[in-house]
Amino acid sequence: MAAKASRAAFGEALLELGATDERIVTVDADLSKSTMTAKFAKAYPSRAFNVGIAESTMIGMAAGLALTGRVPFACSFACFLVGRFETIRVSVAYTQAPVKLVGTHVGVAIGEDGYTQMGLEDIACIRALPNIPIVQPADELETRQAVAWAVGHPGPVYLRLTRQSLEPVHEDGYRFRFGLAEVLRPGHDVTIVASGGPLWNCLEAAERLAAQGVVAEVVNVATIKPLDEETILGSAGKTGRVVTVEDHGVHGGLGGAVAELLGEVMPTPLRRLGVTGFGESGDPRGLYAKHGLDPDGIAESVLKFLHR
Amino acid sequence: MARPDLARLQQLARECRVQILRMLTHAGSGHPGGSLSVADILVTLYFHRMRYDPARPGWEERDRLVLSKGHCVPAQYCCMARAGFFPESQLITLRKLGSPLQGHPDRVMLPGIEAATGSLGQGLSIAVGMALGLKLGGKAARVYCVVGDGEIQEGQVWEAAMSAPQLGQPAHALDNLCVIVDYNKIQLDDHVRNILDLEPLVDKWKSFGWPVLDIDGHDFAQIDKALDHAEAIKGKPTFVVAHTVKGKGVSFMEDEPEWHGKAPKPAEAIRAIGEILGDPLPAWAQAVVGEIERLEKR
Repeated sequence: MAAKASRAAFGEALLELGATDERIVTVDADLSKSTMTAKFAKAYPSRAFNVGIAESTMIGMAAGLALTGRVPFACSFACFLVGRFETIRVSVAYTQAPVKLVGTHVGVAIGEDGYTQMGLEDIACIRALPNIPIVQPADELETRQAVAWAVGHPGPVYLRLTRQSLEPVHEDGYRFRFGLAEVLRPGHDVTIVASGGPLWNCLEAAERLAAQGVVAEVVNVATIKPLDEETILGSAGKTGRVVTVEDHGVHGGLGGAVAELLGEVMPTPLRRLGVTGFGESGDPRGLYAKHGLDPDGIAESVLKFLHR
Repeated sequence: MARPDLARLQQLARECRVQILRMLTHAGSGHPGGSLSVADILVTLYFHRMRYDPARPGWEERDRLVLSKGHCVPAQYCCMARAGFFPESQLITLRKLGSPLQGHPDRVMLPGIEAATGSLGQGLSIAVGMALGLKLGGKAARVYCVVGDGEIQEGQVWEAAMSAPQLGQPAHALDNLCVIVDYNKIQLDDHVRNILDLEPLVDKWKSFGWPVLDIDGHDFAQIDKALDHAEAIKGKPTFVVAHTVKGKGVSFMEDEPEWHGKAPKPAEAIRAIGEILGDPLPAWAQAVVGEIERLEKR
């Protein structure tokens, strides 16, 4: 499979699923071309609703649609979607409305648009709500399966998707299983836990580390919440060192979730890689390099961590 | 729809007001002013307009009520108890640990509540989604959304107001949605006009494309006629401005901002019940008063 943005894979999957499932509807806030629901809207115009630049109402409407038996996908940039946190908190989470929240354009990898358009705190916010699972797929195959899973999941869901293309990390025949992490590359010297955008970079970093005699285990956490504690504890117990890598602020994201788990159950030396401070405009590769999320940066951080 | 039995609705509203005072006194907190002002609207909805089955709160064909001004849920609890969703004896568990009668509506803990509300400004968006979902699902059910006047200051209300008349057109136009504002003209801090005036309210909603009806929210015949009218309008949702009096029915609470969010003390509640029902109190109300007197002695 060729590299593809998870938002693009999402748009295609939704189009396909919509052909056989009449319950699926989309709710957009003037970003359907960017979130890739425009294809769905073109194919099924009577099931696609664009409320204009009004994210709170988009979310509330999705709750009402969900409570009357529809399967609504409410889609926007992650920062604008989760920016309406209180509406998600009450109208979706507390109401237990099975809305599928889709946040695209996550992380600094959106590039030139700069900080105001980057989803950098969304995982932390949704993690704080008791009942919304967080799924972040890492390639096209995983995205398509995660979307199909979300349709069938009886509760609310948060899907976190990228603007940029993602190199495939899975082979044909891979099955996404909600709630389970996956050891993508076995190792014994250090555990690298990642998901979404930077995952492929972690696999590349593991190649470079191998050349230097460090055998890293790479774990893909597609389900950030609930966290697959067994797989992460198993790996951490084996390697004794954990590095988390994410295109999200370092506070409260995947790294935060892993830190909470390890801190409570099995204190293990941990390094969290992610975005510190605010993002900024720039080319995506340059931004990944600046924040140490490119293969070289990840490999370098791991080596420093191991030899401290 | 058949003409309402006005005397019956008036009696149910008096009972509702007494129960509101009873529950708030037991709870020691809550919002009497807006609960009393919205009571006649909710009584009309529950006992003359809405189709529902208390034994099957999830019945798909039911009409929906989203009480967006969630802090006035005591008025809704009273109607629900009287309608048979739960026993009236449970009303005094309002706001107490373990009770399904949460301080603000909780859909999960109390079947028959349609949405969690209380963070003001969110209910109309949910009601719009429900109206659309019912249309898409081919249901004839109607959605009623009751908003507060102060609540209209929230931006999300205007987002939804702009959407609703345009959504689903033409096949799924939201003519199954009726929004009623309990226009009691007081919010927590003061009179609405002194905080952020809403006027001209009718013109504002009209300019967004809503048919608007302007009524006395304590006149059952007018409320019923407006809801008839709303049901007859095709192709658009309807907005009803229901002029009400905050604290309606209790002389010392009427039009007083301080009673927005303060529970009456037992003696005040007993006096208020006397004003609502007159002398002599019927046996059931004497029992309520006795219960409140015991509360005072404790």
